Amino acid sequence: MSATVSSRVAAPAPPELAGTTPLLEVRDVSKSFGSVIALKDISMSVHAGEVMCLLGDNGAGKSTLIKILSGVHPASEGEYLVEGKPVRFGSPRDALDHGIATVYQDLAMIPLMSIARNFFLGSEPTRGVGPFRRFDLETADRTTRDEMAKMGILLRDTDQPVGTLSGGERQCVAIARAVYFGAKVLILDEPTAALGVKEAGVVLRYIAQARARGLGVIFITHNVHHAYPIGDRFTLLNRGRSYGTFAKDDVTREEVVTMMAGGEELEELGHELEEFARADGLAAGRLGEVGRELEAEARG
Amino acid sequence: MSAVGGAAVPAVDERVTRVNPLRRAFTRPEMGAVAGAVAVWVFFAIVAGGNGFLTLRGTASYLEVAAELGILAVPVALLMIGGEFDLSIGSVIGAGSMTTALLAAQFGWNIWPALFVSLAVALALGAFNGTLVLRTGLPSFIVTLGTLFMVRGATIAITRITTGRTQVGNLDEVAGYDVARTLFASSIPVGPAALPISVVWWLALVGLGSWLLLRTRFGNWIFGVGGNTASARNVGVPVGTVKVILFMLTAAAAWLVATIQAVNFGGADVLRGSDREFFAIIAAVIGGNLLTGGYGSVVGAAFGALIVGMIQQGVVYAGIDADWVQFFLGAMLLIAVLVNRAIRSRAMGGRG
Ligand SMILES: Nc1ncnc2c1ncn2[C@@H]1O[C@H](COP(=O)(O)OP(=O)(O)O)[C@@H](O)[C@H]1O
Ligand SMILES: [Mg+2]
Repeated sequence: MSATVSSRVAAPAPPELAGTTPLLEVRDVSKSFGSVIALKDISMSVHAGEVMCLLGDNGAGKSTLIKILSGVHPASEGEYLVEGKPVRFGSPRDALDHGIATVYQDLAMIPLMSIARNFFLGSEPTRGVGPFRRFDLETADRTTRDEMAKMGILLRDTDQPVGTLSGGERQCVAIARAVYFGAKVLILDEPTAALGVKEAGVVLRYIAQARARGLGVIFITHNVHHAYPIGDRFTLLNRGRSYGTFAKDDVTREEVVTMMAGGEELEELGHELEEFARADGLAAGRLGEVGRELEAEARG
Repeated sequence: MSAVGGAAVPAVDERVTRVNPLRRAFTRPEMGAVAGAVAVWVFFAIVAGGNGFLTLRGTASYLEVAAELGILAVPVALLMIGGEFDLSIGSVIGAGSMTTALLAAQFGWNIWPALFVSLAVALALGAFNGTLVLRTGLPSFIVTLGTLFMVRGATIAITRITTGRTQVGNLDEVAGYDVARTLFASSIPVGPAALPISVVWWLALVGLGSWLLLRTRFGNWIFGVGGNTASARNVGVPVGTVKVILFMLTAAAAWLVATIQAVNFGGADVLRGSDREFFAIIAAVIGGNLLTGGYGSVVGAAFGALIVGMIQQGVVYAGIDADWVQFFLGAMLLIAVLVNRAIRSRAMGGRG
């Protein structure tokens, strides 16, 4: 393992956020499943109005970390703070009640249910009292339509099954739902993994909107081309350990790629990367466009 | 980029095509069963119309069969949409009617406390099924197959120990029977025919069940739990509670059918309700309910029950040997599954 990489210290929060309490922070958390150590001594945080990218190869422990953050698993060791206060979540509901919403890659939506029903699943608006209390479908339909329109997706028919939407649109519905229900922290587990270039761009724009609304976003991916244009800071996981957190100004895209891959055999990797970049040229180009727009928007 | 960060309303998305309302009606889960019911009715109208199938009496006769099945099919459909099965229904019918008969006819209770106790027994069995499924993580098919045999066996054994027989009669002589008869076993005259009150129970439960499924939070949770248990749990749906309640509802419906039969026949038989679970599942599946959960309709299950009732009585009216009933039901089930699959894939626009 490269000494230069592992000795780098975690970057502090960006200057404008320094001194503010992170929305969410973990300190030295570890998680083992029986004899498998999935995570060891991970520390990371996310502030309001910030996109924190959690990067790492398959099996690095990204999903395990966010399952701890979202209340699915308890951590074996370590501290978990929400707005500076220690918490212990017994279920995903507890995390939701603290404003931490998670969008899972494959579990985000239920394909056979309508968009509006999915949007409000678990938090249905009601009308009437006592035994006549009922699911207010009209409000659900209207709200879903409005919220999606705000995010740039026009739905004619909120009654259509979510399964008829494209993968990117599904992710967007899930994100819109989390934002609508007042999430302070949005955790997205590989929202762009199964998407085409154009769709990934849609989801990235959407993440930028959530940030602009003041949410803290934890964006998990193993694709640097998706992470780099939008991320403010990057936390790199490798085989259950953290390489630290880096502010965007301190690392180049290439450095991030190198660290993600484990920092070994740099040479060989460099060549592979060139291949990858060539093959992925078109994709990177288009995403680059989105990235430039987003960066310009962040400055302006 | 102006759309980012602002609430800019985009131009009309050209990729979304307008949904034709007629097309949409044909993608509803119950559509296959509605069309099937019409087809079956037309078929028997042709082959058995001359023998009384079309008369009020003929209609009442298949409605009665459909009603007792349809009462069960309502919660069976809800449970199936919730992603589970209950094979123990038939044995709960036996246990429910026998509990009532033993307490009232054998031990001299008033029928109302006896009915109350048998309802409690049924609900407890439902809760036991649900809890066992949740705790063990076993498929409900296996768990309720186990309870089916346990409950049936216990009903036979306990009845024989207490009475020395497997049937208990004279329920029509116990206190409170008259009111029970009005409520559970009377009939409403319609012209020359008599419409059994079970049909009223059936229609009321279909309305209630459909309202529960489509218009309440609980209904949305049923779809969610059956569509994807993990997703539903992640957004805060109380998955365990939903499933246990659904199992208790099937048990409650089994108790209602048990009560209708016991009051009607003035007694109980330990074997009462055998095979009913299969007929209820057939009705639910014909009605467009997806075996793997997350999709379906209570109204569809009602039409499924109607189809079963029409086949069962229509075959008799047509003068065909009743031995063929099961053959037709099985064939109907297979056709329905294929048709419903096509409807579902249309609803999913080819993505399902
Ligand atoms: N429930 C579990 N039981 C046992 N091992 C697990 C479990 N969940 C994850 N792991 C292990 O933890 C490691 C990290 O997995 P994961 O967090 O899913 O990685 P990533 O999301 O980065 O691809 C893997 O080696 C995986 O096999
Ligand atoms: Mg993962």
